[in-house]
Formats: sequence, structure tokens, C-alpha cells
Amino acid sequence: MLVLTCPYCGVTAEETEFHAEGEAHLKRFGPGSKDEDFEAYLFMRENPKGVHLERWRHQNGCGKYFHAARCTMTLEVFGTYPAQTYEPPQEIKDKIAAKHPNWTWREFTL
Amino acid sequence: MSNLVSALNGVKAKGFAAVSELGLSGMITLRGDLTSKEMAKAIKDATGAKVPATRKVTFGAKGSVAWMSPDELLVLVDYTATGEAKAALEAALAGQHFLAEVVSDARAHFRISGDAAHEALSKVMPVDFSTFEAGDFRRSRLSQVAAAVWKTESGDFELVCFRSVAQYVFDVLKTAAAEGRQVSV
Repeated sequence: MLVLTCPYCGVTAEETEFHAEGEAHLKRFGPGSKDEDFEAYLFMRENPKGVHLERWRHQNGCGKYFHAARCTMTLEVFGTYPAQTYEPPQEIKDKIAAKHPNWTWREFTL
Repeated sequence: MSNLVSALNGVKAKGFAAVSELGLSGMITLRGDLTSKEMAKAIKDATGAKVPATRKVTFGAKGSVAWMSPDELLVLVDYTATGEAKAALEAALAGQHFLAEVVSDARAHFRISGDAAHEALSKVMPVDFSTFEAGDFRRSRLSQVAAAVWKTESGDFELVCFRSVAQYVFDVLKTAAAEGRQVSV
């Protein structure tokens, strides 16, 4: 079972209080964009065996969306951070680097 | 005039902890900038309390105020005083970006009291009540539905949930608090 800390209300709770909301850091391609970009925005998702960046919602709490970095294989949580960020903060990257020195994810590198 | 009744009309159950529905209870949802001085004045005018810190509830002469999220408070006053309290909030927050709405009839309000009240709640909520002190407030889930719980200055727990699930919440709490089912933690 995952234990996550909501960065907005500071509650540390197990996953039944939260709701998984898919991949984090998606860039939207809306009307007027190229078909390939729109298709990638709608359907193309990362599916790593390892460190993944996800969006979660504190559904039974403050109701806010936030991002989490966790390993899909070991379920280790490297940290959570507010949704109003374009890439994971350095402290979370440092924690990932300690376990996965060659980690990359979409355009992000350590 | 309609005969106003709460969801469960003040039903009570007594086990190793006492569970009671508190009847008609006034609640106002208030959203806005919680750090602004206008918000502090609005809360003081409406309830006499201060703006609560994160995951806290504050108590005033006319009511109490609970922290719901970084931009939302729950104002608890007497059922008949919601109109007056809402007017006070709107007057103090005029010109600000805010929302104040009376939600009394959308909610149910319970009290769980007794020395072992925390044991009954611990069975059905994923919350550590051993470190839960008077004035602490927590939104979480109760069994399968959303609920918010806080501890009053007298040591009782109070709980709010949606009116539509009031019967479910009462049944769950009654079962969890039934005599002979103490866990003695």
C-alpha cells in the first residue's frame, strides 16, 4: 500500500484517501495543433518499470491535485510536490538519483 | 411553515461510546484568500473566532471555523443564525474574490463522546487518533464515504458528512461503538 503526503494540507495518509489521476506533466495540445501532437496528448503515456511521475488527488481530504514521484516496481515514494510546477523539484531528483543514477523520464533528466 | 428536520432527527445510540446526531446545525462554506486581513475580519465578525491554521478548528462566541483546504473554510453557527453570519461575511469580504454559501441542509452533524470515542473512530477512519488533540481537524473518509472530524475543547469528537449518507454514517458509527466491541488501545 502506498503512503503519500499531500503537499497542500500536510496529511500523510494511505492511498485509499487519495485517487490516482494518471500521468503528471502532460502538455496539452488543443484546437489548431497538429494531429500527431493531439494524438500523443490524448493517448501516448509513459509506462516505466521504475520511477514514474504521477498526478494524484487528495479525494477524501482537501480535494487538491498534486504530483508524486514513485517507483512502480518497489512502490517507493520519492516525494510529492505541488501541481503548479513544470518539473520535479531538485530535492526529489536528488532522492531519485541516489537509487537510479541514470534516470530519465520524457524530457526530464537528473 | 414547514417543519424543518435534520437528516436523522437527533437519533442517538449508546455503546462504549455515545453517538448522536446533533439535529439542525448551521454550516457555511467559505472560499477565498485565507491569509487576507479582510478574511480575518469576516471570520471575527461572523463567529468571534480567528482564522484557523492548517488542519485546525477555532472556536468563538457565535460559532466555530474549520480549515477545509488551502482556500476553503467551514463556518459552523446555529441553524437559525446562518443568514446573519453569511451577511456578516459578505459585508466584510465585499470587493474580494470569495464565495460564501449556506450548506446546512446538505450536511449531517454527529457527536461521538465517551472516553473511548477515539477507539470507535479508529476502526472506521484511516486517521491516527492517538496524536489527535482538541482543536485538530481532519478531512478523511469514514468507511466508504467522505467525512470531516474534529475534537472539541471538552474532548468529544464532532463529525460532519453529506446528508445523503447520514444514515450510513450513523449505522457505521453505531456498529463500531457497540458495547463489548472495545479494542482498548
